[in-house]
Amino acid sequence: MNKIIRLCFIFITSISVMGCASLGVEPWERDLLAKKEMALTSSPLDASLDDHIYFSKEASSGGKSFGGGGCGCN
Amino acid sequence: MVLGKNKENIKAALSIATSTLLGIAIPTESNAQQSSVTDDWDIESAFLFYSEAERVSAIEGIISANKTFDNDEVLNLKFTIDALTGASANGAVAQPYAQTFTRPSGQGQYVISGEDTPLDDTFKDTRVQLNGQWTQAIAQDYILSSGAHFSKEYDYLSLGINSNLAVDFDRKNTTLSAGFSYFHDTFSPEGGIPVAFASMLIGDSNDPDWDEAFAKTRLTSSDTKTTTDLMLGLTQVINRRMLVQMNYSYSMVDGYLTDPFKIISVINEQGIAQDYIYEKRPTTRVKQSTFFQSMYHFEQNILDLSYRYMWDDWDITSHTIDSRLRIPVHLFSSNESYIQPHLRFYKQSAALFYQPYLLEQNESLNIDYASADYRIGQMVTLTLGVKYGMFLEKGNELSFRLEYYQQTPENAGFESIGVLNDLNIYPAVKAIIAQVSYSF
Repeated sequence: MNKIIRLCFIFITSISVMGCASLGVEPWERDLLAKKEMALTSSPLDASLDDHIYFSKEASSGGKSFGGGGCGCN
Repeated sequence: MVLGKNKENIKAALSIATSTLLGIAIPTESNAQQSSVTDDWDIESAFLFYSEAERVSAIEGIISANKTFDNDEVLNLKFTIDALTGASANGAVAQPYAQTFTRPSGQGQYVISGEDTPLDDTFKDTRVQLNGQWTQAIAQDYILSSGAHFSKEYDYLSLGINSNLAVDFDRKNTTLSAGFSYFHDTFSPEGGIPVAFASMLIGDSNDPDWDEAFAKTRLTSSDTKTTTDLMLGLTQVINRRMLVQMNYSYSMVDGYLTDPFKIISVINEQGIAQDYIYEKRPTTRVKQSTFFQSMYHFEQNILDLSYRYMWDDWDITSHTIDSRLRIPVHLFSSNESYIQPHLRFYKQSAALFYQPYLLEQNESLNIDYASADYRIGQMVTLTLGVKYGMFLEKGNELSFRLEYYQQTPENAGFESIGVLNDLNIYPAVKAIIAQVSYSF
């Protein structure tokens, strides 16, 4: 079941990216993408604090960035 | 005016302190020179308060400084300090009667009232963390970023390095990246590392024979673990409004992965605890995850939506959906501000060796591993929050974040036995997260 979910996820994301007729923009079309709030990690400190909380309280970490060690959170 | 001057002074002081750490010479003879240097640093700071109902409370402060050099090299230095206090579940199940446990140090006991979840209220720790990251182009369209990590708690030392190479294609619309990180952690818990599956010694710690008897439940004073993470990423600009990212992560953890403070109740057929034994986890764990994120700019609002699927060789799988919607508003002034609701949903399955308790008749079975830590059990968590941010003079930003976080552990199919039928052995954990951030 999990394998199926994984394969579906990879399939859907691949199709959604590769399937688009024309991907990307010209440099002069980056007005919206260039905004700080459009960055993939627009609030690095929020992300850092959240990572610490969820690393301490849940069995998963990382994915977006490295989820390595760093605390003996109890 | 005075406030503005003080702010500049703070920024100058932080910049000079940061540069001193790096050994970068800063000309301080003239105000003009100092001004030009401090203007190069972008400083972000945040203070967070985290509080669980009747459990752990933590405060955490971060200062992060960014400097961009002449050739677009970027240096980031981050200092984090946090303090933790309060009570943490020790792994034992609630009982109809009061229960007595020995503190991890072996010095003293604590008593938990009947029907209450056993919590050890002696946790108190302060952590200091330093991160440094250097990012620069090494060739046309090739960006290399490398960093180092240091953190120290009373009983924990963590050292780490990381590096990531990103390559741009197609007018920088496509970016492929590959990175690794390596951490080496040393754990020196109060009271030492317990012998796995040894019974918790309970009695009079003032007894002359206590120390010797307690030492027999201890293996060593410290142990280590290493974590190696590998990550492959693809970032793609879809169109003028949309950007997506996909990552695949492979993580190998090797060493002492057991929690030395966690125990497991050994119960009889009536559900009454007969013994408490120290948990034991495997010494390796391989985690993998796929992560997908999209950023979409509507006419005004921005939607940040992500999904992560994680699986590991402990049989834990998890799904995480995270979403934020940034909505520009003009509430208190003509300056731009925004409201950002946040919704996060997380669901995980239990580790293969997770056991909320062990049956007395099965204890003699030769089990390899067992842990009653609810954090590796079946669980659903929900985060609901809102952030309000406002832009001040010179692009400085002040923001406030308030969130509610709830963990709801679930029964992963374990039979409830005897008195446990009438007790809550999967209690929910509820927490409030409050944060203030200021960047200047």
